[in-house]
Amino acid sequence: MQFGIFSVGDVTTDPTTGRTPSEAERIKAMVRIALKAEEVGLDVFATGEHHNPPFVPSSPTTMLGFIAARTERLVLSTATTLITTNDPVKIAEDFAMLQHLADGRVDLMMGRGNTGPVYPWFGKDIRQGIELALEYYNLLHRLWREDVVDWQGKLRTPLQGFTATPRPLDGVPPFVWHGSIRSPEIAEQAAYYGDGFFANNIFWPKEHYMRLIDLYRRRFEHYGHGAYDQAIVGLGGQVFMRKNSQDAVREFRPYFDNAPVYGHGPSLEEFTRETPLTVGSPQEVIDRTLKFREYFGDYQRQLFLMDHAGLPLSTALEQLDILGEEVVPVLRKEFAAVRPAHVPDAPTHASLLAAKQDAAAGVDGDGDGTEKVEAAQ
Amino acid sequence: MTERRIAVVSAGLGRPSSTLLLGEKLATAAEAALRERGIEARVDVVELRDHAHDLTNNMLTGFPASSLREMLERVTGADGVIAVTPIFNASYSGLFKTFFDVLEQDALAGRPVLIAATGGTPRHSLALEHALRPMFAYLRSVVVPTAVYAASEDWGAGGDPAGGLTGLTGLTGRIGRAAEEFAALVADRQAPERTDPYADPVPFERLLRGGD
Repeated sequence: MQFGIFSVGDVTTDPTTGRTPSEAERIKAMVRIALKAEEVGLDVFATGEHHNPPFVPSSPTTMLGFIAARTERLVLSTATTLITTNDPVKIAEDFAMLQHLADGRVDLMMGRGNTGPVYPWFGKDIRQGIELALEYYNLLHRLWREDVVDWQGKLRTPLQGFTATPRPLDGVPPFVWHGSIRSPEIAEQAAYYGDGFFANNIFWPKEHYMRLIDLYRRRFEHYGHGAYDQAIVGLGGQVFMRKNSQDAVREFRPYFDNAPVYGHGPSLEEFTRETPLTVGSPQEVIDRTLKFREYFGDYQRQLFLMDHAGLPLSTALEQLDILGEEVVPVLRKEFAAVRPAHVPDAPTHASLLAAKQDAAAGVDGDGDGTEKVEAAQ
Repeated sequence: MTERRIAVVSAGLGRPSSTLLLGEKLATAAEAALRERGIEARVDVVELRDHAHDLTNNMLTGFPASSLREMLERVTGADGVIAVTPIFNASYSGLFKTFFDVLEQDALAGRPVLIAATGGTPRHSLALEHALRPMFAYLRSVVVPTAVYAASEDWGAGGDPAGGLTGLTGLTGRIGRAAEEFAALVADRQAPERTDPYADPVPFERLLRGGD
């Protein structure tokens, strides 16, 4: 199972000091946080993509390429890549390029984006959000798998004899997750392609995500990619930890109370009750995270949101120390102990390449990365 | 015996509340009118003041807390809604609007709705027609032709002296007429086949073709 962090990349005033970092500071802080993630033994760093203040990460592959050059193991990902307003041709090219530079340590998460004006800024219509996500991803999927593409759709200029360059590393496209907060269409899409499904899990009560993930798992099986419990599920989470629970609550409360999105709304206590936000001791985070498995089934990737709402960089780095030293090792052990053998790990470049080579050798033909699983049954 | 569920949504703020009282009188009259048609009504009364904080939180976070979700499901699952608000500044109250603003799209489409309001003076009565009725038209609810307004004086001898269709006068007469119209719509309502997009997703090939 993979553990990592995802960053929204917000520039937010620290409510306890009134200090606002510059964009330069925030961008460098994101990089520092990513490097720290590798240092403390996490597996994944994912950056958001935004095109409006107060967010800085408008250019994810630039940032991830820089991080790739300074890390060895970390998988670089996104949360999310806007499949609606980016040109799928450019996504195909940017992430294939990143794959080569990062020696395959790349995957990405598709999302529609929920900032209304971004659509018109990029010449799109938000009312076509779902259609854009479906049509553009369909094209992206082909651009990474077919050397020469003839394509005609409704929402982009046609392509005749087009080859996206560079070709994916080793002919293996980056693994794709589809993130959704509420759309059954996106769960259906992820299932159809045998891609991963990521439930952000941060805002809504778990019952909502249980329905979405159940839908994705049922349809993943329906489309023949594997059994219900072999579908590739990722979850978000949000934590703030100190040795003593009361200290964590006392320190985090002003950040919570003034946070973008939920600040000045529900109390910290209400929000922790209703959502996966956990503010407390490392043990409380362990207990809460282990519960996710009971709600959503065995899953492959857990990402935590650790660096938002104006928390200073020093605090975010301390949090990563606690996460890497005290929480994730226990979670790895506990999750592994209860995980059935037939439940696959999250696909990586290495596993997808091995699957492709096995397929070429005639072991299994569908090339969807489930070969080993099927062989084991 | 057939059964129908009616939800009363009251945005009254006082305790006791004349807005709630009007809602309850309308519900009682609607129950009686349905019983004449051989239909048993189950009435659920929701006082929005009890959920005011949750409604604001839903506005800010974009999702309903579990306590609020349960209430929203009771209202959106009803066969008919009696919606009552005090008139503030020539329109519905902010709390009343907030409730309808957090509902999912189409949550009340096709649903019979009886609109009613209270106010200190009869001069605000047309707020029902220029504020509430258009909002429910936008929500594509089926709004009962008679809207009921109760000014302070209507609770006594005030109001119109002429007998209505029911032969009763004043507020009681208007309540009876509105409840009768509402009951007819609720009685006729066939619960729509609700498709659950999570249980029965549109297959991908059809999604990709644009849903046709």
